[in-house]
Amino acid sequence: MKNKHLLGLKDYPGEDIQLIIDTAYKFKEVLNRPIKKVPSLKGKTIVNLFFENSTRTRISFELAQKRLSADTVNFSASSSSLKKGETFKDTVQNIESMKIDGVVMRHPTPGSPIHLTSHIDAVVINAGDGTHEHPTQGILDMMSLHEKFGSLKGLKVGIVGDVTHSRVALSNIYGLKTMGAEVTLCGPSTLIPRYAENLGVKVNYSVDEVIEWADALNVLRIQRERMQGGLLPSVREYRNLFGITEERLVSHKKEIVVMHPGPMNRGVEIDSAVADSDQAIILDQVLNGVASRMSILYLLLGGKLDEESN
Amino acid sequence: MKISKLKKNFVLKNGTVLDPFNETEAKADIHVQDGTIKQIGKFPVPKNSEVLDCKNLFITHGFFDPHVHFREPGEEDKEDLNSGSMAALAGGFTGVCTMPNTNPPIDSPESIRYIMSRSDECPINIYPIGAITKSQSGKELTEMGAMLSEGAIAFSDDGLPISDAKVMQNALEYSSMFDTPIINHAEDECLKANGVMHMGKVSTNLGLPSSPGITESNMVHRDLELAVHVGARLHVPHVSSLRSVDHLKSIKKKSSKISAEVTPHHLFFTDEDLVSYNTNFKVAPPIRSSKDRKALIAAVKNGTIDCIATDHAPHTIEEKEGTFDTAPFGMIGLETCFGAVNKVLVCDNKMNLLSFLKLLTSNPRRIMGIDQDLFKIGSSAEIAIFDSKASWNFTKDDIFSKSHNSPFVGKELKGKVVATIVKAHIASQE
Repeated sequence: MKNKHLLGLKDYPGEDIQLIIDTAYKFKEVLNRPIKKVPSLKGKTIVNLFFENSTRTRISFELAQKRLSADTVNFSASSSSLKKGETFKDTVQNIESMKIDGVVMRHPTPGSPIHLTSHIDAVVINAGDGTHEHPTQGILDMMSLHEKFGSLKGLKVGIVGDVTHSRVALSNIYGLKTMGAEVTLCGPSTLIPRYAENLGVKVNYSVDEVIEWADALNVLRIQRERMQGGLLPSVREYRNLFGITEERLVSHKKEIVVMHPGPMNRGVEIDSAVADSDQAIILDQVLNGVASRMSILYLLLGGKLDEESN
Repeated sequence: MKISKLKKNFVLKNGTVLDPFNETEAKADIHVQDGTIKQIGKFPVPKNSEVLDCKNLFITHGFFDPHVHFREPGEEDKEDLNSGSMAALAGGFTGVCTMPNTNPPIDSPESIRYIMSRSDECPINIYPIGAITKSQSGKELTEMGAMLSEGAIAFSDDGLPISDAKVMQNALEYSSMFDTPIINHAEDECLKANGVMHMGKVSTNLGLPSSPGITESNMVHRDLELAVHVGARLHVPHVSSLRSVDHLKSIKKKSSKISAEVTPHHLFFTDEDLVSYNTNFKVAPPIRSSKDRKALIAAVKNGTIDCIATDHAPHTIEEKEGTFDTAPFGMIGLETCFGAVNKVLVCDNKMNLLSFLKLLTSNPRRIMGIDQDLFKIGSSAEIAIFDSKASWNFTKDDIFSKSHNSPFVGKELKGKVVATIVKAHIASQE
């Protein structure tokens, strides 16, 4: 692994992404055993620093850590001294002083994991920094596509929804581009970054054209607060223009894989019938999330592969 | 930096005198007697004179910064009028205009009087800018007439824009009675929203909330239209975008009462520098694209932009150590101004040295209505002495401000101020 930390997928080496995915397959096999635990990170201590609410990412990381036999400590902003006015720097330095090996951090501010690396020595894994990146989600999405299609090279992926406010989108774009996939963004023009094409992707406001073109769709969550912000007129309008509905998919008469990073707004960006169909790999993503995170933790925190056979 | 009182007779010898006001350059000596210019040219050194050898150095007017934040009163932990003056002296500045966004704001004749009396104790000349509206709330005009008689030099609600066009029109109309400049921090608050950097491909990569150049140019355009309509004096601060330059260029043909400034950081950096998420780059208006930067450099060279202003904005380490969204906007800039701008304009963009010096001396003084003929016999000596060739690496030790929020730390600068003379004292760099 070229980098000590996993802060984002921008400029992240393709070989390392592939190595993470390949290793994740091995851990996925572990997850299907009756005893789902390996001693790879025994004696390592990891802190999950969550400055923002998260359910699935935190559980996924915790589970990955437990499966690897690491010791874990959870910290969430609501229960912390941050409320007592302690600075970000003091909080993390305090935690660092307790001799930990790795930090998994979710924070509402873009760039905060980079900031964190300048204050502490432990390995830092970004679990989402505001509207910037969510690299482990990017990797689990790529693993899921890799698993389904056998390769990412030349794969056509449509990302549909609120791209501007999505860290999932940015990490997917960077990772997929590195791995040789093609990406088209689709969503209301108020929710697609003005300079998106600089990311090496196409932008298409017709979801039907994107469905026609794509091998897979990654459907992003639409938050209701975007309507209060004046960026979207209504759910009805969004659904008509961009919703991944059953009728829409049926009308295209083609096999297309549907992904969603969760949590879903059924009936808004995606129909229940689609989410629960065979085309959807949404629950595979969840399992692959644990496997990918095990792989990332293992590769970055220096577990030894031979220990696993014990 | 060492500050000492000038002897009764003081002579600057063997230097090259650059007079930006009279546009002359000559090998000449300067005799300063009792803190005033006695003679310039070739003359025998008077008896008992203190002599400073200025061989290979340039001697010019003390620099003048029309836009600094010295934080007094209210935030003396960041800066005060004395510490700000020290930073100014280190940068060759003998006069500065202080912005009124202190706590409380400088929005009354009494508060102007306070700054004026404090400035008497400071080693440089401080000219307070008064607020345009009471409490800088953007609503009711301040007592501009009374503030002017107490010593106010101009009016601004800097840090906050005058959002209401009618209030802006009233301010311009009212100040036109006194022919005093109005300075409006031009950023449309609706377009800016929660933006912390320039909107462009870099902000897309960084995922930071951003605002486009039009956030500024939209309001600059409004202000220019209003100023021409009213016939008032308008000074546009810290111009940052290409479109603002376009608007200024076309309107300046119609009115001689329009002026504009640019900061060293908008000339020196681009948004690409923010990839480190270094909060010292977080300023308002934001540092923009290389296209904007090029347009600003061209605008300075062709006279669309009249002067340099540092927008020296000290903030504590504790505040700047926060995350990018919580850190306050602003960077210090007095110590680095000359070396940074000389590098960009003279070294990299081949601007003539004398034309460059006008941006730091006679032009800003003209805009603020202050005497620009500093080398006239009998004038109080305000002199900057610099080495135009010096190449130096800016470090924390070069900072005299109370605050250290400078992204220039570690940068190579070209040209260095060696000594500054003002108020019958000389401040020299060791």
